Amino acid sequence: MSGTPATVLVIEDELPIRRFLRPAVEAAGWRLIEADAGERGILEASQSRPDAIILDLGLPDIDGIEVIRRIREWSTVPIVILSARGQDQDKVDALDAGADDYVPKPFSVSELMARIRVALRHAANRAQPSAEPTIVAGDITIDLVRRQVTRQGQEVHLTPIEYKLLTVLAGHAGLVLTHRQLLKEVWGPGHAEESHYLRIFVRQLRHKLEENPTQPRHILTEVGVGYRFVVEP
Amino acid sequence: MGMSAVRPDPDALLARLRAGQPDAHRGRLKLFFGMCAGVGKTYAMLTEAQEKLRAGVDVVVGYVETHGRAETDALLTGLEVLPPKWVEYRGTRLREFDLDAALARKPALILVDELAHTNAEGLRHAKRWQDVVELLDSGIDVYTTVNVQHIESLNDVVAQIVGVVVRETVPDSILERADEIELVDLPPDDLLQRLSEGKVYVPEQARRAGGQFFRKENLVALRELALRQTAERVGAQVQVERAGRGDTRPWATSERILVCVGPSPLSARVIRTARRMAGAAQTDWIAVSVEPPNQSERARAQIRRNLKLAERLGAETTILSGERFADEVLAFSVQRNITKIVIGKPDRSRWIERFRASPVDDLIRRSGEIDVHVVKGEGEESAPAPRLALPRKIEWRGYAATLGVLAACTAIAFPLFARFSAENLAMIYLAGVVFVATRYGGGPAVLGAILAPLLFNFFFTAPYYTLAIADPQYLVTFVVLLVTALLISSLTQRVRRQSEAARARYLRTAALYFMSRQLAAAADAASLARGAVRHVADVFQGDAVVLLPDSSQHLAGIARQGGFSADEPNERAAAQWVHDHQKWAGWSTDTLPAAQAIYLPLIASGKSLGVLGLRPWQPERTLEPDQRHMLETFATQLAIALERTAFAAQAESARREAETEQVRSSLLSCVSHDLRTPLATIAGSASTLLDDRGQLSEATRRELLQSIADEAGRLNQLVGKLLDMTRLESVGFRLQREWYPLDELVGAALNRLDAALRRHRVETAVPEDLPLVNVDGALIEEVLANFLENVARYTPAGSLITVRAAVAGGRVLVEVLDNGPGLAPGSEKDVFRRFVRRTPATDRSGSGLGLAICEAVVRLHGGEIGAENRPEGGARFWFSLPATEPPPEMGQRALPDAPAQSTPAAIDGPEVRP
Repeated sequence: MSGTPATVLVIEDELPIRRFLRPAVEAAGWRLIEADAGERGILEASQSRPDAIILDLGLPDIDGIEVIRRIREWSTVPIVILSARGQDQDKVDALDAGADDYVPKPFSVSELMARIRVALRHAANRAQPSAEPTIVAGDITIDLVRRQVTRQGQEVHLTPIEYKLLTVLAGHAGLVLTHRQLLKEVWGPGHAEESHYLRIFVRQLRHKLEENPTQPRHILTEVGVGYRFVVEP
Repeated sequence: MGMSAVRPDPDALLARLRAGQPDAHRGRLKLFFGMCAGVGKTYAMLTEAQEKLRAGVDVVVGYVETHGRAETDALLTGLEVLPPKWVEYRGTRLREFDLDAALARKPALILVDELAHTNAEGLRHAKRWQDVVELLDSGIDVYTTVNVQHIESLNDVVAQIVGVVVRETVPDSILERADEIELVDLPPDDLLQRLSEGKVYVPEQARRAGGQFFRKENLVALRELALRQTAERVGAQVQVERAGRGDTRPWATSERILVCVGPSPLSARVIRTARRMAGAAQTDWIAVSVEPPNQSERARAQIRRNLKLAERLGAETTILSGERFADEVLAFSVQRNITKIVIGKPDRSRWIERFRASPVDDLIRRSGEIDVHVVKGEGEESAPAPRLALPRKIEWRGYAATLGVLAACTAIAFPLFARFSAENLAMIYLAGVVFVATRYGGGPAVLGAILAPLLFNFFFTAPYYTLAIADPQYLVTFVVLLVTALLISSLTQRVRRQSEAARARYLRTAALYFMSRQLAAAADAASLARGAVRHVADVFQGDAVVLLPDSSQHLAGIARQGGFSADEPNERAAAQWVHDHQKWAGWSTDTLPAAQAIYLPLIASGKSLGVLGLRPWQPERTLEPDQRHMLETFATQLAIALERTAFAAQAESARREAETEQVRSSLLSCVSHDLRTPLATIAGSASTLLDDRGQLSEATRRELLQSIADEAGRLNQLVGKLLDMTRLESVGFRLQREWYPLDELVGAALNRLDAALRRHRVETAVPEDLPLVNVDGALIEEVLANFLENVARYTPAGSLITVRAAVAGGRVLVEVLDNGPGLAPGSEKDVFRRFVRRTPATDRSGSGLGLAICEAVVRLHGGEIGAENRPEGGARFWFSLPATEPPPEMGQRALPDAPAQSTPAAIDGPEVRP
């Protein structure tokens, strides 16, 4: 995000939604490109190389998940999806297919803008990995070099898997990670379905790191989707 | 029988119904009937087929044997001929009729020659007439040919005439089924003429008879037989026509015939006689056999063969088990309204007949209203129930023990001889014989009864050590000893048999009882099937499987016991055939006998609901008739139970439908009010803003915008809840159960309601060791969120809200408590009803749906839900879920291995607490 303004592509068939997105995106200092169907969107994505994509899952021509797959064949551009309520499985499928985050409809514009910002930041980090050796979230500090985790200055002993889980979550701070993504990252591809392992470890992490494990502030649950690590509650 | 002419006979009515109903779909059968080969049946059949072809009928030749004769061959021209099926059998290629090709081709009329033909092994049916029945059942008309000697009930008559036993027979039932019989006749002289000209193909069995078959007197007799058979048939038809009905199965009288079948091979004659009587009286008939429990294996096999013959001849067959022949037969006859009993004449030469009345005499004496026809059997034809039958195996040990016991008696008696009189010593022998009779029964007892007096005589009566008897008083001792021994052995024998029979009966009754009890308890088809296969496997000593059809009538296994699932294509095809045709097939039957298992349809209300398969552990044994009946009873029970569950499911869906209807109407009222109010606000505010020409102050504008946003939020919530409710109520809805720690769901709900709870204090008390719960996480979170939302809405700012969870009595209890004003008294139950809001409502923002959703979710999870006021003040909302077993691999087991990328260690280390 240097001198030239970032370009955001909106793939959405509903004109009223595009209509209110335009001033919001422009107010944030970005340039907006619009596409009203999936095929058009994929074409637009390949031609104008946007910095981020806002994608509606319910498109008239092709399935939104198909759009994600086709774009992911050649691009790692951050994709934030707009999903209707009660479509948890669609959400999970879209995230597993490579979307970076989601915002449920109806959404507030400020929430969408925040998600895009996080996605853009992560994309930038991917391009130029920062040599940041520590992650700080509230009173939790993760020292990646010494593999040490402290809370309020006190060292917290984590088992190897707990540590691995924490670093994966914190490495995607602000973004949602599905159960499948976490299981694959931490345990390997063979265990992608055993989500209750994951829940137990998340519970253990919360007991060790959160002030009140039943009202967590950093490791948040998105029921039916996955987990989101939040730095600033 | 004077009454029967007036009174409408229910049996006849039923038969008429049965015959009348499916006729619309059933093919018509025409038989070309002749006295023997060479009369021109095939020729006549082809001639008529040509006529039909000219008349535009879709005729196909399924199988015709022209024996290479030119004039017959010529008649095939123009007719479509189905290619035969070639079957490899012991090195030769056999030409067979291709049933499946015929069914696939489905012509209007098909020609199938030689009805009595026995199919090669490996074909679906053992006999060609079964192929024809299947063709007819699938709605195809059939022309076929048959000779008089092939008719089952005339089989023995023909054998007498020509001296050749014909093995290929056709059951009489198929003759009765024929819609038309055409007699193809040729005077014997003409036939002999043709024969000498070499125009007749001489069949195998006739050739074996050494040319004796085609003698003029034979031909005359056979011709008479054929003509008579046809005449009888025509007579029957006339009777039916006169009665003014188009019914081809004239069961006109209420006569019912029962034939007693014994183990003699000559019972066959009696059976055929009964069949002819039944035919003449135009009635159905039953063949029964009375089997004492210790029937020898050989006799059993013979009885089975005889009953099978009766079945082929169209009888219903039953095996009665019991000791006293006449009792069993008469009881059965009364129960089934039998009017005539046919029985073979017993052989009177046996000496034992002098002592006991023959069972036949007994039967005749006690038969009362029922006529008993005693038919001549031949040679050693015996009464059906053998008296004093030999035990199944000769028990050498019993005989040896008898000798031992008698030797011991002698050894005991010998030293006492000096002090006691001989009569008393006889008592010692008597005791020995009684012991042998009770212990070993049968043969050993008889041996003892004969040997004991002899030994007594030899050792203890003068002259000693000879078998001569000097003192006539010892003759009395001798005879008494013999008679007592025989009587006791026969008595013990009978008691043993009776107890064995009772035991066998008990076992069967118990098996049926247990199965019906289990079936009554099962709630769905799968558990019914599971219960049934377990019992069938136990009782019939085999692997059992139940297959149920899917929506397209394809069978799929639903339950099995043992390692057999009928998955192999052959087995599945047999099962499917059984389902489609509602007939038995497979092992131990005549249809697809090569299958590993026997399959029977589960028929209820005339429909096949599925198939029960049984693969015996000992395939070399065959299924005995009583086992068949038992199996059938099992199948019927299962079918009825399956039907019951289907009805229950229907009732349930009807109930749901009614409920849905009611919900729909509530929904309409909800939509009309609760949706319109926010919409009115939004539309009004928006139009005010649009019309504004600068008169509105900035504060007013913001206020209007805020109310648009608020009302949109409310609308969104309401629509979300309506969608949730609809989804929960939909028929195909399924819970997405996974294992969750409850605190995670509590945390997620609190997080979601962060804004709503901002003005309240929230405390949580979820114990760390709470077991995982197997729930649909999103829905349980929804329940918690609704509870929280509800207490937040109805309590003033600053109130304390507590979320508590605990395990109690096998259930996980979750509570949401507040210290606000509580529920209006009496409304505790109502709050979970749809569109009911809590009163007094402090605002109008609730939809009245949230708690109804909670109730539905918890109900779907098999849990309970409730709301009440706390004694200390405030409301308490709670739900409880069954605490299920933890997931299988969740114990203390090491957690799954991590691959190379999880750096610190492959396996997670032990718990390390800070």
